[in-house]
Amino acid sequence: MKARYLRLLAVQLRASLLLGMQYRADFVLDALVEVFWMATAIVPLLVVYDVRSTVAGWSRGEALLVMGWFTFLQGVLEGAISPGLATVVEHIRKGTLDFVLVKPADAQFLVSTARLHPWRAVNVLTALAIFAWGFRLLGRAPTLSNVATAVVALFASVSVLYALWMLTVSAAFYVVRIDNLSQLFSAIFDAARWPVDVFRGAVWVMFTFVVPLALMTTYPAEALLGRLAAGTLAGALAGGVAALTLSRAVWLASIRRYTSAGG
Amino acid sequence: MSLRSTTRALPTLLRVGFADAVAYRAEMIVWVLATTMPLVMLGLWTAVARDAPVGRYGEPQFQAYFLATFIVRQLTGSWAFWEMNFELRNGTLSMRLLRPVHPLLAYAAEGVAAMPMRVAVSIPVAVIALALVGPTGVNAKPLLWVVWAFSIVGAWLLTLMVNLLIGCAAFFFESSLKLMDLWLVFYFVLSGYLIPIDIFPTRLRSFVDWLPFRYQIGFPVELMTGSHAMPDALVLLARQAAWIAIFLGATRWAWRRGVARFSAFGG
Repeated sequence: MKARYLRLLAVQLRASLLLGMQYRADFVLDALVEVFWMATAIVPLLVVYDVRSTVAGWSRGEALLVMGWFTFLQGVLEGAISPGLATVVEHIRKGTLDFVLVKPADAQFLVSTARLHPWRAVNVLTALAIFAWGFRLLGRAPTLSNVATAVVALFASVSVLYALWMLTVSAAFYVVRIDNLSQLFSAIFDAARWPVDVFRGAVWVMFTFVVPLALMTTYPAEALLGRLAAGTLAGALAGGVAALTLSRAVWLASIRRYTSAGG
Repeated sequence: MSLRSTTRALPTLLRVGFADAVAYRAEMIVWVLATTMPLVMLGLWTAVARDAPVGRYGEPQFQAYFLATFIVRQLTGSWAFWEMNFELRNGTLSMRLLRPVHPLLAYAAEGVAAMPMRVAVSIPVAVIALALVGPTGVNAKPLLWVVWAFSIVGAWLLTLMVNLLIGCAAFFFESSLKLMDLWLVFYFVLSGYLIPIDIFPTRLRSFVDWLPFRYQIGFPVELMTGSHAMPDALVLLARQAAWIAIFLGATRWAWRRGVARFSAFGG
């Protein structure tokens, strides 16, 4: 069973890579625009730290680490998660989801691996550059155990990110127009560029527990800095698993309810 | 395409546009909610100002500034660019060309028609802003509010012109989405949308004064928060008008050249 899914994964990835590589000119242009977009995040950061040395307990170098994780996760989201799940919306609208559902494999697995945007790997490179910049300002390098903790924390962030997207896509079974729901999602995700401690009151509660932006970018950054408490990490992992379980349940309930659009 | 037929068609265009805005009201609310950037920046900048004010901006001033930014963004937003790109690609632009109204005017009318809904959305935000910052954070001179009204119309027109001009670029390339992305980066950074222009380093500020971006957002916002005296405000209004004239000319030129090339794919 497992071997079959691994083989299937390899086939799916190869197909979506080939599809993605068709548009090479787009790739270069996309990467350029993407690097440019970083300016909208970096310029405010530079201006802010021009007038202050710390904001809400975060120095410039530390805030850069959060921004690095944001860039990284944006790459994961737009390169690996959202393109595949966006096909679901298309399928629902056209009624072609039936063809996915009748295939002898798990439908969630199939749609999740259906499409990749390989050029989004640029984000990973940009993120690495930002990390390097941040640690240069801090004047030290992360220890190996810090990096390991960050990778574990990252596992929780990617799970939550994927689960939230899965929930958004499941909403497509109930409301037809989803493109603007995904817009809403990425607009909220934009707030993850900044350490969550910047926000206060109700917004902080929302970004920590409801739409856990804290878990996505702040915790991995704290892990790199070596100041993420073990309890917080455990909580994040539990949250990740819970989010995955919930999104799985909602997805199953949604496809059970699906009545096809008459193709 | 005479003036008379256009003025006769205008009320109908507006009615259709309004009905459209009402029909897709849920979608519009989602769009409004998606304008989170000013609120994120509000959180960031108030955190910065918690210990000591930045320039003349303390916490309440930042709150006033970014809530005003939200309102101005709502009132001046334009999506004509998306529609042009879409209609160019699937060929439905030819239907617009057949109608006895200039298509650019039709796009403008659609924007105007959605305005009542956008105003309705902005009012609660304005009330919250007033409650939060009190009357001191808001411009108190009635004459400057008149200038503000002009500046809002100007900012809307300028944004519309930019949208249409970049939309026209799609006549020459297959799609101008990337070009818009590029514009948006400058617009976000240099318009006062993310950072109030007064906080910019002085050298950069004098440069920004001459670029169009500030007149799309920052200028009306600054009028709302009362950071300009009348003479300054009038100078800035004149610069805004100059930019509108430049973009209007460029758009008309690009439109004429573009339509001549247009060959309705698929149609």
